[in-house]
Amino acid sequence: MTELIEFKLNNKTVKLNVDGDRMLLWVLRTNFGLTGTKYGCGEGFCGACTVLINDKAARSCSISVRSVKGKEVTTIEGLMKKGKLHPLQKAFAENDALQCGYCTPGMIMNAYGLLKSKPKATYEEIINEMENNFCRCGAHKRIVHAIQTESVEAK
Amino acid sequence: MKKDNYLDLDFKEITTPFEVDRREFIKLIGGGLLVMFTVGDTLGYIQQEQRRRGELPTDFNAFLRIDESGKVTCFTGKIEMGQGIITSLAQMIADELDVSFNSVQMIMGDTDLCPWDMGTFGSMSTRFFGPPLRAAAAEARNVLIEMASEQLKIPAEKLSVDNGVVFEKSNKKNKVTYAELTKGEKIERHLKDKPKLKDPSSFKIMNKSFLRVDAVEKVTGKAKYSGDIQLPGMLYAKVLRPPSHGAKMIDADLSEAKKMDGVIVINDSDLVAVLHEYPDVAEKALQKIKAKFSPSDSKLNNENIYSHLLDVAGEGKVIAHEGDIKEGEKISSAIVEETYYDNYVAHSAIEPHTAVAKIEGNKVTVWASTQNPFTAKEEVAKVLGISSDNVRIITPYVGGGFGGKTTNLQALDAARLAKLTGKPVMVAYTREEEFFYDAFHPAAIVKIRSGLDDSKKISFWDYNVYFAGERGAAHFYDIPNSSTKSYGSSRTVNGHPFATGPWRAPGNNTNTFARESQIDIMASKAGIDPFKFRMKHLKDQKFIEVLKKTGDKFGWKASSKSPSGRGFGIACGSDAGSTVAMIVEVDVDRKTGNVKVKKVVCAQNMGLAINPEGATIQMEGCIMMGLGYALTEEVKFNNGEILNKNYDSYELPKFSWLPKIETIILDKKNEAPQGGGEPAIITIGAAIANAIYDKIGIRLYKMPMTPERIREAMKKS
Repeated sequence: MTELIEFKLNNKTVKLNVDGDRMLLWVLRTNFGLTGTKYGCGEGFCGACTVLINDKAARSCSISVRSVKGKEVTTIEGLMKKGKLHPLQKAFAENDALQCGYCTPGMIMNAYGLLKSKPKATYEEIINEMENNFCRCGAHKRIVHAIQTESVEAK
Repeated sequence: MKKDNYLDLDFKEITTPFEVDRREFIKLIGGGLLVMFTVGDTLGYIQQEQRRRGELPTDFNAFLRIDESGKVTCFTGKIEMGQGIITSLAQMIADELDVSFNSVQMIMGDTDLCPWDMGTFGSMSTRFFGPPLRAAAAEARNVLIEMASEQLKIPAEKLSVDNGVVFEKSNKKNKVTYAELTKGEKIERHLKDKPKLKDPSSFKIMNKSFLRVDAVEKVTGKAKYSGDIQLPGMLYAKVLRPPSHGAKMIDADLSEAKKMDGVIVINDSDLVAVLHEYPDVAEKALQKIKAKFSPSDSKLNNENIYSHLLDVAGEGKVIAHEGDIKEGEKISSAIVEETYYDNYVAHSAIEPHTAVAKIEGNKVTVWASTQNPFTAKEEVAKVLGISSDNVRIITPYVGGGFGGKTTNLQALDAARLAKLTGKPVMVAYTREEEFFYDAFHPAAIVKIRSGLDDSKKISFWDYNVYFAGERGAAHFYDIPNSSTKSYGSSRTVNGHPFATGPWRAPGNNTNTFARESQIDIMASKAGIDPFKFRMKHLKDQKFIEVLKKTGDKFGWKASSKSPSGRGFGIACGSDAGSTVAMIVEVDVDRKTGNVKVKKVVCAQNMGLAINPEGATIQMEGCIMMGLGYALTEEVKFNNGEILNKNYDSYELPKFSWLPKIETIILDKKNEAPQGGGEPAIITIGAAIANAIYDKIGIRLYKMPMTPERIREAMKKS
């Protein structure tokens, strides 16, 4: 059942013996203790578990750990550099783009994925790309604004 | 207006005040200056409880400490779930105490460290907890000035404080810090008299906008929620759940699950669970259980629920009464009689109910996502059959509550399983369990009969609400003859087929939807613009002011036509002491029935806003969340089964719904602070219903106003 799986996690090569069918979300949380990535629905609807796989936003609750073999996985914990907040994290904090904060890591990772492919994302592109990340507290206006500050800075 | 009585309305019995001996408690806390206080305004309820139980009044139920390093810590049983009191309560303390905002720390929701608290709900933290908290901080400041006066040998009236430093006004070199004053001291004060609070004109930190203090933790993923607690040897549990409410287990074949490596199977009367060091493996084991259940006795579904509720509602309770309905009818030239319906709605916080329980010796510690840790403490003690002295509830950050986390069933499962396995256990609901065990916003019915006299004024108002409750039921218009009655509650025997409970501004969403829809219908009948019609009937200046501000901001222009075709809708309301008015603009796709809310303008009078930025965010959140109950959210059920298992069949508001939101908080810093987490959600249903009518001439009487319902209503017209 178990197999040796090697991938890059937050810029470090990791190896583990694991049942390759297990979902990445649970491996991140239980084997690596990276609890910033959250469970919200378990079926890829809500986006709370969003991470980056090879620079693309992906739902870690619905992706097996086997499928990230040899790939680069980035979680919310991998965003800070040298103890400094990533500009997107800073934008979320400074724009009060969160309330309970539970969906926030997924929001930031999804937005990070968007800005990687479209650094100058327009309002419509932001709405479109964030559509399936759910925030129950209703911080949508501020989240869009936080992402916009970043995309504007790229312009 | 009558004070909201939602404690009786929606919350279960609350027992046991703070029990730890005070001396023991203070020993535990360490040195410095302690100011203890009782939250006066909630006291009525606590004292009522205590009288019933024959107990003495609670000594204190919150306190403030200035320790030997000058650091200020507030210990409170309140919890942070996104509403932002971790920031606003700290602002109050810092301002009254004259210390920097950053030197204040909040310890929240830990039942061993914090004195008893009823729970965090009903927009009560700022309203009722805020004033005594400010008083305690002011008292601490007085004590520290007295101490400084002795030490510096300067009369107190010649001293002032800035940033935690007491100094002589005429010679700032004569100074001493709070830290120096409290060093080696152990001073205990119990707030008795009301010290003088700061005048709003001298606020330095209150009524100023502050960013959330928990923001950095939350954007880095470091913030810990209950599900992020990982203890050595901890097991994740998955519990076998019935397929429907009322279904009983007949038998369960556990053999396949037992064969799985590392899986522990528990079968303890009504509790069947599988546990493993990984949650996903436990979930797999759960799938291997073959269980048989008897069907539920419930024959209720979304169609027949309303006639059932009306059947079982029983006697009504008079909420408000004025004049004589019969007299009003006599002078009426037109009568409007309508029935409004609301549906079951899920709280659906993105963080599901989660708890971790650990038992060491006879001490049980539970980390739980809860809005009422002290209730959870009693419940855990009861389920384990132990004294609540041995139970500690710790509340990490809560990932959204909205009233839904006042039920703590997951904490009871976790505690029982920790006891049965002898290991720390986490129970974290799946989304399906979350939908199944949620205590939903109740389905409800409102029947209104109202008349117009010859001068186009409302002559009578006969209002009967079933199962929404009384919050927001009484109208605030100038109507000579009116009656408001409430029937049925979450406690009605054989009422709802599953649990219902408080949902952000409990009852008020339904009541405001019905009342403000009816007012619009009356306006249309009278041939008067709905803004003018409301103004004509408002007598309370608070309502007149918020409505006027909203109209000005929106740029409301009276129309002689109804519907005007513009898609504008108005609603007013009152909740948790605050007054709100809202105007929305919608577009309706006549083919699909889709409603797009383009713009929402909302003005709110909430008295003193401690953190205007935080209050604004709460209003925006109310508006976004409110779009859901107004347009799409509806729990589907049949014979006890909850048909919504996940978000593919239950639609929350999304980014593409985001309207242009404009909020106004009236500058009322000289008035007492009122609730801010709920009021702005109550008006959105009616405002949208009225706007849909204004756009296409179709009136919706039932929420949510889904495309299907709009298409159906268009067909009928």
